Amino acid sequence: MATFTLNVNGAARQVTLEPDAPLLYVLRNDLELNGPKFGCGLAQCGACSVLVDGKEVRSCVTPVSAVAKSRITTIEGLGTLDKLHPLQRAFIEEQACQCGFCGSGMVMAAKALLDRNPAPTNHEIRQALNGHLCRCASHTRIVRAVQRAAKELRA
Amino acid sequence: MSTSRRDFLKTGGALVVGFTLVPRLAGAQPARLPGSLNGNRRLDAWIAIEPNGRVTIFTGKIELGQGIGTALSQIAADELDVELARIDVVHGDTACTPNEGQTAGSLSVEQSGTAVRFACAEARHILLSAAASKLGAPATELKVSDGTVAAPGGASVTYWDLASAADFKREASAKVTPKPASARKWVGKSVGRRDIPKKFTGGAAYVQDLRLPRMLFGRVVRPPSPGATLTAVDEGAVKRLPGVVAVVRDGNFLAVAAEREEQAIRARETLKRTAKWTETASLEPSGDALFRHLMSATAPAHTVVDKTSPIAATPAKTLEAVYTRPYQCHASLGPSCAVAQWQEGALTVWTHSQGVFPLRADLAKAFAIDAKRIRCIHAEGAGCYGHNGADDVALDAALLARAVDGRPVKVQWMRDDEFQWEPYGSAMVMKLAGGVDAQGHVVAWSHEVWSHPHSTRPGSSSGVSLLAARHLAGASPPPPPNDVPQPAGGSDRNAVPLYEFSSVKVVKHFIVDAPLRTSALRTLGGYANVFAAESFVDELAAAAGVDPVEFRLRHLKDPRARAVVEAAARRAGWQPRGGGGPRLRGPHAQGSGFAYSRYKNLACYCATAAEVEVERATGRVRVTRVVAAVDAGQIVNPDGVVNQIEGGVIQSASWTLKEAVGFDRTRVTTRSWADYPILRFDEVPDVEVVLLDQPNERFLGVGEGSQGPAVAAIANAIAHATGTRLRALPFTPERVKQALSAKG
Repeated sequence: MATFTLNVNGAARQVTLEPDAPLLYVLRNDLELNGPKFGCGLAQCGACSVLVDGKEVRSCVTPVSAVAKSRITTIEGLGTLDKLHPLQRAFIEEQACQCGFCGSGMVMAAKALLDRNPAPTNHEIRQALNGHLCRCASHTRIVRAVQRAAKELRA
Repeated sequence: MSTSRRDFLKTGGALVVGFTLVPRLAGAQPARLPGSLNGNRRLDAWIAIEPNGRVTIFTGKIELGQGIGTALSQIAADELDVELARIDVVHGDTACTPNEGQTAGSLSVEQSGTAVRFACAEARHILLSAAASKLGAPATELKVSDGTVAAPGGASVTYWDLASAADFKREASAKVTPKPASARKWVGKSVGRRDIPKKFTGGAAYVQDLRLPRMLFGRVVRPPSPGATLTAVDEGAVKRLPGVVAVVRDGNFLAVAAEREEQAIRARETLKRTAKWTETASLEPSGDALFRHLMSATAPAHTVVDKTSPIAATPAKTLEAVYTRPYQCHASLGPSCAVAQWQEGALTVWTHSQGVFPLRADLAKAFAIDAKRIRCIHAEGAGCYGHNGADDVALDAALLARAVDGRPVKVQWMRDDEFQWEPYGSAMVMKLAGGVDAQGHVVAWSHEVWSHPHSTRPGSSSGVSLLAARHLAGASPPPPPNDVPQPAGGSDRNAVPLYEFSSVKVVKHFIVDAPLRTSALRTLGGYANVFAAESFVDELAAAAGVDPVEFRLRHLKDPRARAVVEAAARRAGWQPRGGGGPRLRGPHAQGSGFAYSRYKNLACYCATAAEVEVERATGRVRVTRVVAAVDAGQIVNPDGVVNQIEGGVIQSASWTLKEAVGFDRTRVTTRSWADYPILRFDEVPDVEVVLLDQPNERFLGVGEGSQGPAVAAIANAIAHATGTRLRALPFTPERVKQALSAKG
């Protein structure tokens, strides 16, 4: 067991656990963040994606010790119901899901994309999200939502 | 709502619930009531007016991302004359909602929506009567605006004031006529879904997000194969691992609970590594041999339809073709999950099962206790698309919870649990034969189908459907499988053509002995039967030298069927053609295809036109555009319908191009997304949906409307592009390339 002070969504959070515990379970169970989801535990689906120092990582295969000195951002760190981030607003306005289980990972991947490319083409959005699976098949709505958010962020 | 009922909702506590929502009626058969009111006849089973200005709607249908909660609230708001924001919806809770069986078959708006509409219309009538006596004005002269009832003189009273005076503890009469279409404010409008905002802000939206005090985390260790027996395992070593609280071993059931989730996962890995099993080769042959095996199975041929025209026209041309569909997965993005807790001999389960009452019935059988001692509470899961592991994991959680002294246990299946143990959509064979006369009319049509069961859900009168029940030492046998009867059909769903063919024969071979567990995957047999039938319609059209759209129209009488066919063709810019040769030769062959069906022959009408590109060198098929025209009767939420239809098209494209469960004679070899690829962003088609609203017609279910037409339109488009007919799903590059080179 070891104690880590993690920087999650701008706040210092102390956790005591095995250093190889995957970040996903720390976020979900210790810090009670619902955004990142368990989908496969194999880094294949993207439901668990969070940002680490601004880059998308799969939290299900990332040991907590590897991110102890980094800035970790989950969808909870983007905005709240009362103060939505443009990406959250866009996904809600485009009704860009059915079950929504993939949604948090999609938003975080889109955030990483828009941070490095504020005006992506639809093709670039599809490429950026290609490692994310959506089983309800809301893909076209998700692409529309990312475009909508990009536009708002540029305005 | 009574205090006790509200407290139940708030605490979600374990408790035995004594009251029944369905009064026992002695003697004569009661009058038939609309939708699910018929089985849940009390008004207060459906609606409660709260003194605090809220309205609660209770439904037995559960939210699975299809937006049923939103649709029901729209219907209720209209009938009650209240704003949408005042309405709360409680889904599937055996303690306090109606029992509406399964949330399946695209029936939720038809069954629950109809019930809510009539219940709310009657509730409004009762509220107006109470208001009339309070205000001293005739009910007919009262106006309602957002729950405030005003008399002509200006005096007013609110629903919330009347909450205690209005008596809903009575049987519904369904005698109050719901509003006409012209008076509706919310139905027909694309209001945003109520479940979505929390899903994009980290809210507690799913059963996975439920956290209870002292909750443990559980994992199961399934056998390595369906025919395996557990011979040895070192439980002691695993019990000594950090955080492990309990190891449950019972027959072939093996599971572990730990303080932390990653500890439970580690313990599972250790158990997997060290447990000894004997395996037997219990599975069917795979590959093409599977389909020969199905066709040779000793299942009696059951004639579904045999309608031969008295005027025996002789076909000018006859054709015969065999189509196949492999086992396919639901492959929910989130593996199945449940939370269970035992307190004083009573069990509470939080579950994303599609039917909390049927699940409760199976749990009661599995634990041999009175169902009244079990409460099942719906909490959303990831999209399920039918009967996946949702019910099974509830029993897993309950078995583990029984071993940990009152502590709640959350069991989350791992990815390989889901792929290897969910009940699959059955492999199927469809043999079509038919003929056209010299005028290009179908004068003979035969559809023969071989299939395992499509519905082995919980809630059967005997047996336990839940997976662990067959692994326990005192194993309960699974229920005897039954096929869903016509007209909806199960294995033969959509096998009966709706075209005006002069002679039709439909035969099914229902093969109950399924070594791989099979059950309801979205559309049941509909997807494969429509694939085969609508492919064969195109084959006959080509034989007759008639354009596929024209060929369908000449055999369709139902004006609503004709309307969707015409609408899809128009939006797609369909170019009529004769025999249907390839549109363009070169490295990328392009083609377009058309298909039509009415889901279950009872629900929504849907016609699709697909455009594809086939890369000749690789056999890679890309679906570039799909147009779908839909008549879903009266539409509650247009964007909700579009979402279902476009999702259905893309999911169907994924099944069609990519998906098949892998197995050998002993084991399922599909374990992760690497073994079971699905359609990705760079492969999804553009989808355009045309809605043909019928505000004065009844609701027609839409959730499974587009999968059948989509697969057939894609198959027909590939045939158009390449001149080669593919009859074996999925259309992987290897298979397409092989078919193209076989043709030379």
